[in-house]
Amino acid sequence: MIEIINLSKKFGDHQVLDSMNLDINKGETTVIIGRSGVGKSVLLKHIIGIMKPDSGQVFIDREDISRLRGKNIVKFRLKFGMLFQGAALFDSLSVGENVGFSLFEHTNLNKAEIYKKVKRALQLVGLEGIENLKPAELSGGMRKRVGLARAICRDPEIILYDEPTTGVDPIMGDAINHLIRELHDKLSVTSIAVTHDMTSAYKIADRIAMLYQGKIIATGTPDEIKNSSNPVVHQFITGSSIGPITNN
Amino acid sequence: MRTHLENTGKKLITLVSYMGGASILLGKTLLWLPVPPIKRKPIFGQLYKIGVQSLPIVSLISLFTGMVLALQSAYQMQRLSAEMYIASLVSLSMTRELGPVLTALIVAGRVGAAITAEIGTMKVTEQIDALETLATNPVRYLIVPRFIALVLMLPLLTIYSDMIGIIGGYIIGTYKLHIAHNMYMKMTYEPLVLKDLVTGLLKALTFGIIICTVSCFEGMRTEGGAEGVGKATTLSVVISFIMIIAADCLITALFYFAFR
Repeated sequence: MIEIINLSKKFGDHQVLDSMNLDINKGETTVIIGRSGVGKSVLLKHIIGIMKPDSGQVFIDREDISRLRGKNIVKFRLKFGMLFQGAALFDSLSVGENVGFSLFEHTNLNKAEIYKKVKRALQLVGLEGIENLKPAELSGGMRKRVGLARAICRDPEIILYDEPTTGVDPIMGDAINHLIRELHDKLSVTSIAVTHDMTSAYKIADRIAMLYQGKIIATGTPDEIKNSSNPVVHQFITGSSIGPITNN
Repeated sequence: MRTHLENTGKKLITLVSYMGGASILLGKTLLWLPVPPIKRKPIFGQLYKIGVQSLPIVSLISLFTGMVLALQSAYQMQRLSAEMYIASLVSLSMTRELGPVLTALIVAGRVGAAITAEIGTMKVTEQIDALETLATNPVRYLIVPRFIALVLMLPLLTIYSDMIGIIGGYIIGTYKLHIAHNMYMKMTYEPLVLKDLVTGLLKALTFGIIICTVSCFEGMRTEGGAEGVGKATTLSVVISFIMIIAADCLITALFYFAFR
């Protein structure tokens, strides 16, 4: 479903993505792991087309998203939902307006119909009756869940999660992991999550890929990654401060 | 010598790329401007914020400016026994110069800074990226309503400022300098021609475009968290002020030399 071919991106002198390749299968949850600043979020932004690569291609259903412009890219983005690291809720809008944003902007549904869908999305993430609150009135965990409700409100085919458990307490983190798993099972969507939280990765992933020095250096099921003989992968998943990653 | 040249070159490149970036943003805004559907709610929201909420400060500053203008000119005019020309001086200065420039500086400081801070905060908290992932163009959603509001409201605020400034001059002229009411009114409107009003309104329109472009551009290129938002906001006000004064000089010269 998603094919990333020789993707490269440079910021100044820093080569973030270096001819990286990755295939993501339909209906699977793929977790991309790697250290902070390794380019995981940059990769997500290339997949959804808000960043353009220096070279390489990102194919979604055989269409190269990096070449799309104008109305075509809008049509494509409607297939996606994305949860941002800090939720990125619009401060000036209420929770209801945030969750239903895409429906208000891109459909002719009336307000009552949109709010029905908003209510359903909020129910799915375990929040109800908060439509009229402003994002500033929510806790960190609630903001993340509202961000998730916004991502799923339009029934997307692909959901992208940028560090879904960062910035929330472990219990809330686990609740979000359960939620991601549940949404995957209920909605049968293709999910891509980037994280450096291995507990989260093992819980939600069908497949894990590790990004290191701009390339995917290992892919496999959570068990395969746990038993990987690659010293870089081993150092990262065990969280050791001594090893090839820190020696470089 | 070489370092000096390199530094000058770098500054020049920065200036050209800044102007280029701002022009591209303005171009995109103009391209999105007529694209339907045009949503009235955000436009009215901005009209209220930019126009209605600026009325108190514009009133205060314009009133005092008109009064000070009348008082300052009274020093010289009284020596020549030409007090009645104070009215003409106030009305001409307000409509041609002070009304548009003062209003633009007030709006740049009050509204321009707020626009940069708001868009800048949205940028650093990934809200702009979120807009794009929700298939919404940030220029269309954020900048177009502000552009329409500034371009409509700045000329209207300028006309209002002209009137309040003239009233300020009238208060000093009639109550303090004892110029007869009829004479003051006659001398206010007699020297005014359509060109004076058009010059002022053209300036206001240009300043509106400048404030919108600079403040939105600075907001959209904000980086580096809260500190970055602060820097962008300061820069937005400083650049807007410089460009307003420069544009004022240019338009005044244009009308003086080309349309005499």
